[in-house]
Amino acid sequence: MNKVSLIIQREYLTRVKKKSFIIMTILTPVLLAAMIFVPGYLATKEDNQEKIIAVVDNTHITEGAIPQGTYLKFEYIDNPDVEKLKQNFEESGYYAILFIPENILVSNKVQLYSNQQTTMQVSEHISSALKNFFTQLKLKNENVPLDILERIKTSISVDTIQWTSTGEEKEGSAGLVAGIGYVSGFLMYMFIFMFGSQVMRGVMEEKTNRIVEVIVSSVRPFQLMMGKVVGIALVGLTQFVIWILLTFGIFFGAKGILLKDNGQAMTSVTQSLMDANNAGPVAAAKTGEYQKLFDDIANKFGSVNFPLIIGCFLFFFIGGYLLYASLFAAVGSAVDNETDTQQFMLPITIPIVLGLFVMINAMQTPNSTISVIFSLIPLTSPIVMMARIPYDVPTWQIVTSGLILILTFLGTIWMAAKIYRTGILMYGKKVNYAELWKWIRYKN
Amino acid sequence: MNEFLSANSVVKQFANHLALDRVSISVPEGSIFGLLGPNGAGKTTLIRIINQITAPDEGEIRFRGKKITSEDVYHIGYLPEERGLYKKMKVGEQALYLVQLKGMSRVEGLKRLKYWFEKFEIQSWWDKKVEELSKGMAQKVQFIITVLHEPKLLIFDEPFTGFDPINTNLVKNEILRLRDIGATIIFSTHIMASVEELCDHIALINHGKNILSGNIDEVRSRYKPDTYELRYKGDPEKLRQALNSGVTLEEELTRGDLRHVIIKPNHRYPVRDMISVINQNVDIVSFDEMLPGMNDIFIRAVEETNHPK
Repeated sequence: MNKVSLIIQREYLTRVKKKSFIIMTILTPVLLAAMIFVPGYLATKEDNQEKIIAVVDNTHITEGAIPQGTYLKFEYIDNPDVEKLKQNFEESGYYAILFIPENILVSNKVQLYSNQQTTMQVSEHISSALKNFFTQLKLKNENVPLDILERIKTSISVDTIQWTSTGEEKEGSAGLVAGIGYVSGFLMYMFIFMFGSQVMRGVMEEKTNRIVEVIVSSVRPFQLMMGKVVGIALVGLTQFVIWILLTFGIFFGAKGILLKDNGQAMTSVTQSLMDANNAGPVAAAKTGEYQKLFDDIANKFGSVNFPLIIGCFLFFFIGGYLLYASLFAAVGSAVDNETDTQQFMLPITIPIVLGLFVMINAMQTPNSTISVIFSLIPLTSPIVMMARIPYDVPTWQIVTSGLILILTFLGTIWMAAKIYRTGILMYGKKVNYAELWKWIRYKN
Repeated sequence: MNEFLSANSVVKQFANHLALDRVSISVPEGSIFGLLGPNGAGKTTLIRIINQITAPDEGEIRFRGKKITSEDVYHIGYLPEERGLYKKMKVGEQALYLVQLKGMSRVEGLKRLKYWFEKFEIQSWWDKKVEELSKGMAQKVQFIITVLHEPKLLIFDEPFTGFDPINTNLVKNEILRLRDIGATIIFSTHIMASVEELCDHIALINHGKNILSGNIDEVRSRYKPDTYELRYKGDPEKLRQALNSGVTLEEELTRGDLRHVIIKPNHRYPVRDMISVINQNVDIVSFDEMLPGMNDIFIRAVEETNHPK
């Protein structure tokens, strides 16, 4: 046992001390956070520039209909000459020219001229303001009283509420749940692949550098293999924990700064976090509503069963990793160089990639037959199950899937150990599947 | 001498060939035992069985009078033919790791490594990465790692490959010193000159069978071709007539008045009588029985089993 811990220690320390590990561990969450924040931040930066739009109104009735924004101003031009305005556009300092034609009620169109691509937000702003104005105008023309106008204003939002078995109701967010499922499923895929192939490369290093015979004269091959597998698993878990801590740290740190700076940045952030199908809060651009939105999101986060998700992630990561790492170790022990790994890598890669595809599917249909089956098959279950977990998978399925996974990785480790024991001391021999089968059947 | 280690009728069968076919060897305590044989004879398999890297299908290894157990690996130092080190790891750190795996404590390992690094004058390598060392340098480090925990049994598989003559000598002297302070050594090599120089006992394995074993002097005399080398001064014709038809004289060489001749008795001819006849007729400068080199014995023994008459 003491020897195994020595091996674990070496495998762990040599990897954790590597520059590439340190850089990747720190940089990944920074990049991840940047991916979330930078677009939102840039959007606010642009809006901070004051833009003035010249309005040429041939209907002469819309003045005041478009509200002035903080940075977006509208200036009505009295003696309209569109052509002249266009000619002198550069010197005028306007951002754009809005042309409202006389026949707007027939054409339902206005024109926005500019020498640059105008942003969606500007168009949205104009469109919704004018829509409002002309709707009211039409209603007034139809002699609909104004108080009715106020009373028929309706806004419907859909709250997704879910029953639990105890009859308790809880509020959830489809987008959030799908997002968490996707992120954890994808992380699982990445971790299994990344650290599994590290095991393979480690085994090959020992074999090709002829270190292995020196070591197996002191420890049993199985101890060496398991020491390596466990050591690398700890590297993976270390990276996972640091990523989680750093991501949350950066996220909340940046949130604090941005929220103080400008509430709008946070809107863009939450928007990019949420599912694209969710109604974007662009129209609901009132400061008071941000707070409501945050509360809402906090509420929805609260409805997610994080202990279950993190617990399952750790369990399925360890199970899936042990399963694949032992396969990778067997492959690494059987070959003499990297190019020979190809033929054995394919059958390992296919189920992982298949798992990834089914996982993406399972995000939309978490309880379809395919999703359920693939979350039970041990080669794909760690990835697919993670995408389903946020949707409250029946307990029996989690337990069954877990048990199958445990039995399978025990079997795989046993099998891999047999291949490993023979493979590491076998040089200069082209190995095929028949050969591997023989090794598995060797007695000692 | 006490038997220190023995293999008793060890059989190891691989998928489609028999690597060891009832091989028995007996290694006396405090000796250097040469394990010889052509490539693929089964030497490495036998060594791996002694190290418990693989288990025999039949037969057993006895170590200090008892069946060998996994505890005994602490008392064995093994320098395999296929030996290497982690390229990216520092020399000192790695040496410490490997001796700790052998069961030595960190403190003790560090102390002894310091001593050996000083002895071999390689202290400056401690913080170097292994990939910065030459092959011979890495071999030196591996030799130290093998002997550091002062095992009772040392197994060296081709220990001299990659060494220059100076380092070969250094290692050879170390091996002899280790034997003198009580270690038993199994030594596998193809260099027969070093076998003659170092080994007390040998076993020659071919096609998984032990075809020749015993004390090296005894083995050599068993293969002695019953020829003698005579250097003398005097009349060759007189010598020839005196020995008559009893012997065949070969390869007469002359340097000045010193003559040199190989004598092969045609049938049993007591050496004592032969010497007295020679002595009566010429002046003997030297008279030696010709012992075969291990090289010749190796080739003869292997060819005899490959093509039995």
